[in-house]
Amino acid sequence: MNQAIVLEALIKTVIVIGGLATGAAYLVLLERKMAAWVQDRIGPNRAGIPLTDIRLGGLGQPLADGLKVLFKEDFTPAHVDRWLFTLAPVLILVAAFAAFAVIPFGSVLPVRSAATGTGAPVSLVIAPGVNVAVLYVFAVSSIAVYGVILGGWASNNKYSLLGGLRSSAQLIAYELPMGLGLLGIVVAAGSLNLEEIIVRQAAGGWYVLLQPLGFIVFVVAAFAEAARLPFDLPECEQELVGGYHTEYSGMRLLLFLLTEFLHMITAAALIVILFLGGWHLPGGLTGSTDEVGWFGALARVVVLVGKVFLVIVVFMLVRWSWPRFRYDQLMSLAWKVMLPLGMVNFLTVAVLEQVRWAWRLEGPYWTALLAAAAWGVCAIAVVLLAVAAPGVADNRGCRFTESEEQTG
Amino acid sequence: MKADDPRVKWLDVPPMGLAEKLYLPLVTHGLTTTLRHLAAALAGKTVTVSYPEEEPQIDNPLIYRGVHRLNRDAEGRVKCVACFLCATACPAHCIDIVAAESPWPDREKYPASFVVDELRCIYCGMCEQACPVDAIELTSLYNLTGCSREEMVYDKEKLLSVYDATIDREPMRSADAGETA
Repeated sequence: MNQAIVLEALIKTVIVIGGLATGAAYLVLLERKMAAWVQDRIGPNRAGIPLTDIRLGGLGQPLADGLKVLFKEDFTPAHVDRWLFTLAPVLILVAAFAAFAVIPFGSVLPVRSAATGTGAPVSLVIAPGVNVAVLYVFAVSSIAVYGVILGGWASNNKYSLLGGLRSSAQLIAYELPMGLGLLGIVVAAGSLNLEEIIVRQAAGGWYVLLQPLGFIVFVVAAFAEAARLPFDLPECEQELVGGYHTEYSGMRLLLFLLTEFLHMITAAALIVILFLGGWHLPGGLTGSTDEVGWFGALARVVVLVGKVFLVIVVFMLVRWSWPRFRYDQLMSLAWKVMLPLGMVNFLTVAVLEQVRWAWRLEGPYWTALLAAAAWGVCAIAVVLLAVAAPGVADNRGCRFTESEEQTG
Repeated sequence: MKADDPRVKWLDVPPMGLAEKLYLPLVTHGLTTTLRHLAAALAGKTVTVSYPEEEPQIDNPLIYRGVHRLNRDAEGRVKCVACFLCATACPAHCIDIVAAESPWPDREKYPASFVVDELRCIYCGMCEQACPVDAIELTSLYNLTGCSREEMVYDKEKLLSVYDATIDREPMRSADAGETA
């Protein structure tokens, strides 16, 4: 029985890692294509099947990119700390992959699992039933900070170090609002298990409708955690050359770049699972119980992956839509705007859940009413924050003449 | 001009309104711009030219600065009078002229040899501006290639053959046609 457990986990691990690596490679192509389209260009469309003239609209590009990086010299500069320099990309990649151990990529298969012996269906997650999944994802994804700061430190280069420092400060600052955005869900679902959270949404409505404020806070924090524009300060080219991976080349650079896309997939998957209903689709196609047939099971996989894909497309669109935050603006947004909003969200959800529990307000009518209350609080909080504007660091009016007048 | 110069006019930054502080209107504004371009690109409206399958459209060949040509006069002789003005004007020193006594009665000199090093040329068009008889002109041929450096050094015959190849599409122009169009 133990062997069956290991075998099942191994098969799922191979599927997930293979899928993620391929997916990340094709996301690079998608990113380049999206960038091209938004800038009125065509994008990479030449690379197809090797040694032929068949182009497939550029679908061979990831292969070409990968081969190119493989054959590049993996150079270690003389001034770096060799051990940490090599450790950093490996550490960050392992941490990024490890997060997917508890992230479901579907629901269950209608096959009795030999592993558990209880006759439960096979869960489409590497480690099913982890009851601290949310904590685990957060703990593991925080290890990414070590990879970044180690890479920056070991490179022995001012740009790398500054990129690493920025990144660590940014990731730590945005852990808090991310956690606060999430707390509401944990309170509402009563579980830290991601599969359980999806089931709760399938039964009682998506949390994006019930906790709009939490959604806003979580999405903004997820962008910052994935270090995507408008929060890509760790590696902003204009200021830091390439940030913490300036000194890397070849395979080790590839590991860093792959990790960035894995972080984006993690963030998108978390957004989908926590707020957008996971594999659930209204209309009965995917059902709402654990008893599913083959069609339902596959439909759930397609729906979940499709949702993640759509969120990633939004990530890529945002990259070309908004300018990058300045570093002080980034920090004031985290501490002065997102943190209070997260607190308000947590309090709102706690009060509403208590009200629902105390007066036994069940049924769609009361759910809609409570959701409306949450939306009202969200609107009021956002407008109040806009009026108070603690995060608006508007120093456009600063003139250097003031000091000149004082001195002379 | 110093910052406290009375001629400097300082403008105050307009204060941010509620819409700006709310972020949301500007956020949607940015996203709609991106989406508009995305939709246009997906509908096929891109600026990319898929060279070499597609040839780029040169809007006005008369002001394009490609390969040089040496113009011929009405009798088919080279127009150049070997005055060296183009070679003098050339900032890249890519024009080499050997003047000789003209065999024709209507001018004193003609170029026994006229060589343009297309690899040194920076295609600034100053030779064409300098020429008093409109003998040297830049054509709209942009795809200039060769397998050796020697091949890219164009002599008189080659420059005249460029004229023969392009004169149907690109008529000779007066000296000031190159400035605007």
